[in-house]
Amino acid sequence: MATRLPPVDVVLVGFGWTASILGQELTDAGLQVLALERGAFRDTVPDFATTQIQDELRYAVRNELFEEPERETLTFRNSMDQTALPMRHLGSFKPAAGAGGAGVHWNGQNWRFLPTDFLTRSHTEQRYGKNFIPADMTIQDWGVTYEELEPYYDRFEYLCGISGQAGNVNGQIHDGGNPFEGVRKRGYPLPPLKRSYGTVLFDKAAKEAGYKPFPCPAANTSKAYKNIYGVQMGECTFCGYCEWFGCGNYSKSSPQTTIFPVLLHKDNFELRTHASVTKVLLDSTGKRATGVVYVDLQGREYEQPADLVILTAFAQHNVHLLLLSGIGKPYDPKSGQGVVGRNYAYQITSSVDVFLNEIVNPFMGAGALGQAIDEFNGDNFDHGPEKFVGGGYIALWTTGGRPILQHHLPKDTPKWGSGWKKAMADNYLRTVSIATHGSVMSYRDAYCDLDPTYRDVYGNPLLRLTFDFHDNEHRMSKFLTDKAAGIAKAMKPRAMHVNQREGHYTIIPYQTTHNTGGAIMGTDPHTSAVNRYLQSWDVPNVFVVGSCAFPQNAGYNPTGTVGALAYWAANAIRSQYMKKPGPLVSA
Amino acid sequence: MKTPRSPVATGVALVLAAAGLFAVVPTLFAREGSHAEIERGRYLVAAGDCAACHTNERGQAFAGGRAVPTPFGTIYSTNITPDGPTGIGNWTSDDFYRAMHEGIGPDGEHFYPAFPYPWYTKLTRADVDAIRAYLATLAPVRQQNKPTELPWPFDVREVMAGWNALYFKEGTFRSNPQKSAEWNLGAYLVEGLGHCGACHSPKNFAGAPKRDKAFQGGYGENWYATSLGGDLHDGLGQWTAGDIVQYLKTGANKRAAAFGPMAEVVHDSTQYLDEQDLHAIAVYLKDLPPHESPTRPATTTTADTGDKPDADRVARGRGVYLDDCAGCHMENGEGIAGVFPPLKGNNVVQAKDPETVVHVVLTGQNTAVTHENPTGLAMPAFDWKLSNDQIADLVTYLRSTWGNQGGAIDAGKVADTRKTLVAARTK
Repeated sequence: MATRLPPVDVVLVGFGWTASILGQELTDAGLQVLALERGAFRDTVPDFATTQIQDELRYAVRNELFEEPERETLTFRNSMDQTALPMRHLGSFKPAAGAGGAGVHWNGQNWRFLPTDFLTRSHTEQRYGKNFIPADMTIQDWGVTYEELEPYYDRFEYLCGISGQAGNVNGQIHDGGNPFEGVRKRGYPLPPLKRSYGTVLFDKAAKEAGYKPFPCPAANTSKAYKNIYGVQMGECTFCGYCEWFGCGNYSKSSPQTTIFPVLLHKDNFELRTHASVTKVLLDSTGKRATGVVYVDLQGREYEQPADLVILTAFAQHNVHLLLLSGIGKPYDPKSGQGVVGRNYAYQITSSVDVFLNEIVNPFMGAGALGQAIDEFNGDNFDHGPEKFVGGGYIALWTTGGRPILQHHLPKDTPKWGSGWKKAMADNYLRTVSIATHGSVMSYRDAYCDLDPTYRDVYGNPLLRLTFDFHDNEHRMSKFLTDKAAGIAKAMKPRAMHVNQREGHYTIIPYQTTHNTGGAIMGTDPHTSAVNRYLQSWDVPNVFVVGSCAFPQNAGYNPTGTVGALAYWAANAIRSQYMKKPGPLVSA
Repeated sequence: MKTPRSPVATGVALVLAAAGLFAVVPTLFAREGSHAEIERGRYLVAAGDCAACHTNERGQAFAGGRAVPTPFGTIYSTNITPDGPTGIGNWTSDDFYRAMHEGIGPDGEHFYPAFPYPWYTKLTRADVDAIRAYLATLAPVRQQNKPTELPWPFDVREVMAGWNALYFKEGTFRSNPQKSAEWNLGAYLVEGLGHCGACHSPKNFAGAPKRDKAFQGGYGENWYATSLGGDLHDGLGQWTAGDIVQYLKTGANKRAAAFGPMAEVVHDSTQYLDEQDLHAIAVYLKDLPPHESPTRPATTTTADTGDKPDADRVARGRGVYLDDCAGCHMENGEGIAGVFPPLKGNNVVQAKDPETVVHVVLTGQNTAVTHENPTGLAMPAFDWKLSNDQIADLVTYLRSTWGNQGGAIDAGKVADTRKTLVAARTK
């Protein structure tokens, strides 16, 4: 029997980036907001203190900051004719548990999507014709445009203190920035990070090849910064421990370093940790949420009434909760009907290891210290001859030189012994890697639903993920990888090794935590779970915020767009929903 | 909450205008219970940092019960909400004034000077009445006061009569006609409500501030509050009046950041003061003389000092610094402006007594949380990571590099501080 608690205006499920943004914005609007986080509270000090955070074994190998599969996991299969099995170790992606969410352990690679990325179907059809899109590819437009999101991208960048070089300010192209980016109203709040030697070499080679390389926009501060809420940030020290680690230096943007100091002190905000939400409660009509049910660490169940329920957990967890709560029609891949679970997408990555004669000191890194080219992203080039949809950026990142997982050795190196040691000594300081970061389109047979067999610790069915790479993605990734290899060659290495992504998607090796879709936004309630303001079509006092709203995945890291969408939704709630609660778009 | 004119400034200006300078004049705004008086009282309660003691952590505002450790034992702050039976609801205006002015309660009982009546005695009657008027607007909280945990003979309150006879000088603030009105306003705030000397003055064996060494720095509870005098290294000699104002208003300036008890003072009290009052405080503090003579020039290098620390220790200390500190405080000791405080030229680092710097290294600290700087940046604890020898080397390095002068410290000093801090934590 659940204990019924006093009601609040808003309950946020999960307490990462999106919840922190919505919490801050909605408490500013005077609402009483409660955030429920399944994990523990964590803060810069003591949890990520510089005295102990640079511990690769503890954090990167033993996954200290991530969700624990023994408590929460999903089942996976490549195709509908297979039986999905539960993931008992984290692999291809690493969601977080705990305050700050994955915003704690990301690298800080913060991008805007291209204007055409928001019009994937209509733009592609217009430029290349209807038949260009494969029949099973279920891509669609977002229902929101880049121009509409621009002020919210800006707000997220000035929340984070992004370091970068603008490429297109009000239509004016700026040398050294990304000339392909959408029009921005102003530049980044901070100048680009200091370059690593590896990025200097990439820059030179890319320019020689005729490309326009630029410093990647970074949520690692190049200088001290005071953000839109007055929160102070330090200056990145290039310690090289960003991804999978928290920042002890106040120099990687995270909810902790940009929002917590103001939000957690507010009288109209409360955070409850170790509170796992298992269901959104609906009234008898099924059209109105009355609150949520959550379970604490002792297994006690609570009913938390709320006027507004906002799902702000990791992408798949939002989808899982919608399915468990019966909000929106579950997607059926056979009929193509239903919306919840539809259009799951991922990203496709590859790399080229480049073994140089020069010393590049990889350990002086930062998560988003990189130089990139964007010639082959989105629709920045003519896809006609290539016959695939999508693209990606090519970048040389100097994220760090951690000893266990961040070293590259030539192909024929022995796995152990003196030969391995010699190769390690010869190569550690002399290797860079060029990465490609490719989009993945959505398909009829890539989706999430509830597993028929396996259940979680609460007795609920696990989320089942069905996903594989399609031919379009393999060809696109091969195209990108060839371009990357071309730049690598121009760096005149003594050896290089191309790591092409081939065959079926495997969930075991880490690739990227950029999972998208499953509760996508759009203009049609038959093909999207939420409207353009991320409001559930079916239960208007439920909003679903995060990358689960992406109708397909673009060739950029998603956090910038997730942050922009969170501000976009917050603004819609403040300026429209609070005045007149109800559907913001009529179905 | 800005008022066009500082209430304290108004009060003192009126006091000064009364020519006698000690007569408490009835003032227009101070009509009993008026909105103006209550608001003035609210401001004065912030200036006096009453909440620091009278509001317990997670307790109700001004209901007392907070443990105030003293060298003689623990005292618990009292309930000053207007509850009749347990608070001060039944006190008359004269009772309240007597408490503030003489440290004596309505039944003639003596307060312990952990309650800063030796400073509050300087307040004008009008200010005391305003404070009472504000406290009367609080929601009454029914909460019984806790008895003190003082051993004999300190538990006998009459002992305080003797203490008062020896160390307490009753009397409302008297202006110094030789000084400016602003200086006098500053003096009134610093020596009265602000009770800065409670921490920043050395104390005698009876816990009373040494009057002849006022504001020259004081020790208490594992902290050494720096000198507020004009000393170039361990005082405010290098600070401008603007630096002082910024520090008290925002919790940090380009020379230092508040942490520990001073972070609480800034958070609870000084950030609420008007610029005018803060500037007056700065003018007064800048007029305090250095305690050492002749003053050491700031630019002296280590090589010129008398007690030159052992070069090996300094080298080892520099190694620790580069490994563990330079990421934030930077190799040149200048910190990151607006974020991480500099250690170069820092008066805490160079304080006569290194207690505070050792304390900070061992336990880590948060900077003050203020409206201007809401972050509360944290330095992590190093107690588990650095040995006493390493910390002694490090602090010796800090006190002898970049022109800093403070002298060497030995591992025994670190061991002592570590021991008392651990004891305090496990108590």
